[in-house]
Amino acid sequence: MSSEAAQLETRSWYKRNEIAVTPWLFLIPGILFFSVYVIIPIFQSFWISFHQWDGLGEKVWVGTANYERLLGGDRKFETSFWNNVRWLVLYLLAIPAGLFIALFLNQTVTGIRIYKSLFFFPFVLSQVVVGLVFSWFYLPNDGLFDVIVGWVGIDISGGVLGNPNTATYGIIVAGLWPQTAYCMILYLTGLNAVDPEQVEAARLDGAKGWKMLWYVILPQLKPATFIAFVVTIIGALRSFDFIAVMTNGGPFGSTRVLSFYMFEESLSEFGFRMGYGAAIAVVLFFLMLGFICYFLYSMWRDEQEAR
Amino acid sequence: MHSIFKAPLAALAVASLGASAAFAGSHSSLSGELRIISDMSNPAPRAVMEGLAAEFDEMHPNLTVELEIVDREAWKTQIRNALSANPPDVVNWYAANRMLPYVNAGLFMDVSELWNESEFEALASTKGAMTIDGKQWGVPYTYYQWGVYYRKDIFEELGLTEPSTWDEEVANCQAILDSGRKCYTIGTKFLWTAGGWFDYVNSRTNGYDFHIALARGEIEWTDPRVRQTFDNWRQLIDMGAFIDDHQTFSWQEALPFIVEGEATAYLMGNFAVAAMRDGGLDDTKLDFYQFPVINPDVDFAEDAPTDTFHIASGATNVEAAKEFLRFVTSPDVQTRINGGDALGQLPVNAGASVSDDKFIQQGFDMLSNNAGGGIMQFFDRDFPAEMASVGMEGLQEFMVFPDNLDDILARLEDARQRIYQ
Repeated sequence: MSSEAAQLETRSWYKRNEIAVTPWLFLIPGILFFSVYVIIPIFQSFWISFHQWDGLGEKVWVGTANYERLLGGDRKFETSFWNNVRWLVLYLLAIPAGLFIALFLNQTVTGIRIYKSLFFFPFVLSQVVVGLVFSWFYLPNDGLFDVIVGWVGIDISGGVLGNPNTATYGIIVAGLWPQTAYCMILYLTGLNAVDPEQVEAARLDGAKGWKMLWYVILPQLKPATFIAFVVTIIGALRSFDFIAVMTNGGPFGSTRVLSFYMFEESLSEFGFRMGYGAAIAVVLFFLMLGFICYFLYSMWRDEQEAR
Repeated sequence: MHSIFKAPLAALAVASLGASAAFAGSHSSLSGELRIISDMSNPAPRAVMEGLAAEFDEMHPNLTVELEIVDREAWKTQIRNALSANPPDVVNWYAANRMLPYVNAGLFMDVSELWNESEFEALASTKGAMTIDGKQWGVPYTYYQWGVYYRKDIFEELGLTEPSTWDEEVANCQAILDSGRKCYTIGTKFLWTAGGWFDYVNSRTNGYDFHIALARGEIEWTDPRVRQTFDNWRQLIDMGAFIDDHQTFSWQEALPFIVEGEATAYLMGNFAVAAMRDGGLDDTKLDFYQFPVINPDVDFAEDAPTDTFHIASGATNVEAAKEFLRFVTSPDVQTRINGGDALGQLPVNAGASVSDDKFIQQGFDMLSNNAGGGIMQFFDRDFPAEMASVGMEGLQEFMVFPDNLDDILARLEDARQRIYQ
């Protein structure tokens, strides 16, 4: 007994605490980079948002003035916020669309791999390219879209992207194209994991069509749906590239979203109002935080259930 | 240790530069590396800039010129990073108000001593635009006129002549509309083109001093005189003078309208001429007139933006950078780079000869003899950045929905009170 205690004493500090210390050693690089590139900048943004700063000179403390202006009737902010809501709601259409394409492609036909990759293709393209192609598609007079709706007698004045009432929807549709492909690939992988025995059993019980989908297939696809939901919400909130390429926030700022407005205020040609940009970033951060908390909560809940 | 030698030798290089740039080569003492970042990314300017860099490199055997050309639009936001982290020696930028943030932040080097050299007396006309706080912060290398470029052949076909008053302008436009064409092409997707129209209509309606006072925030946007400007502009908008859907086009995308004769005129800077010539409009089809008089009581004011070179305050090869600035502003180089086959713009050095290109000649004549009101640098350079962006967005909206004017002006006034406080 005593000899054992003596042996404990002689072991090095690391040996004695190996179990407790080793995970932290492995975590150190991650923690370090995550704090330097994510956590610290978040607090820096909070700090900057209380200042007036052009990014080069001295920061001037202005207290909550940026927030008062932002939330006290800044029309650009209101437009951006409601556009963000539109993006969030309509972007979710990518999930059912992706699911149905996946169901459609989940069969064994000669050359199905080619069809699958063709459907997946838009997601491989750069968002900038997709935006550019769609802006040609939407061109007034010469654009294919304008020609097609012209056949049924609809004329959108200014073209889809030039009309403040339609521009945001036009961009969202462009965004849905690659996002649908993304959701589709998530569901295709999910469908591979569907248990054929359960399907067989359901079939014996007389389930088919919608009932089969709703009660047998979809519950098994829940993990895929969750991931598709997460990436789509995040995609909608960072819908920056499409807007920058297709309308540059115009016409007259009607297609701005918060991330674009933040960029415009802080980093664009006429921007460099870092304080105000940071204030927008903080608001956007709290909006995203709401979703992130929900995701974390549901992941935690699933883990609890699994135990 | 090298600084002891460098000063007298550099002085020698200056002295030898004298009249002919080619001479300096044989006596060059410059060595090391000269890093230039240029925004001259359009085809013709790019060739000019590459030519300049190669020539300067050849003149100074011990010096390596490293040139990096950045997209012109992208440079407007990249310049900050470029100047603050690992700064190059020489960069491109713009004169007047646009220099202010970099001067205030100490990122541009004070080059007043260059301007005290006798060779720089020939640049006196642009000294004001390069001066902030009594010091000069860079050198100009080119400037260009704005005005109305129009289809001469269509004017002749319709029996129209260049208008000199607003009434003639409107009457011409009516005739053009009656012939089934639009009067003006414009692409306002990136907003600034609408700023050109405002500069002209406002300065012709209320004069240069009023325009600059508005830019300085001394006049309310809801002032009746500002409304008068918009009323005049609206006359054209209500006639349907501008091409439809212009908010979806860039200025380049608006070019086909004039090239194909669907619109007859384009209020633009002289840089558009090269593109229109490429599109097949030769001098028999394309001509230029000065924006007409609206209010006979005010003198002509013209947009003539000046493009510049600056030395970064973090430059490592200052002597070579200064020598490069002397080189680009020398009469000989100025004549060459602004020639019709190069930039096709106006030289800044009084000793340089103006290209015999029709448009450059007309522009030079206009700016020398017929711009008594003053020279504007352009909406987005005269107005502070934030006011310019809010303003141009309002101008674009006005051009599409003129009925929203009250709302737009109220918004601009709101912005003015906040921005200039």
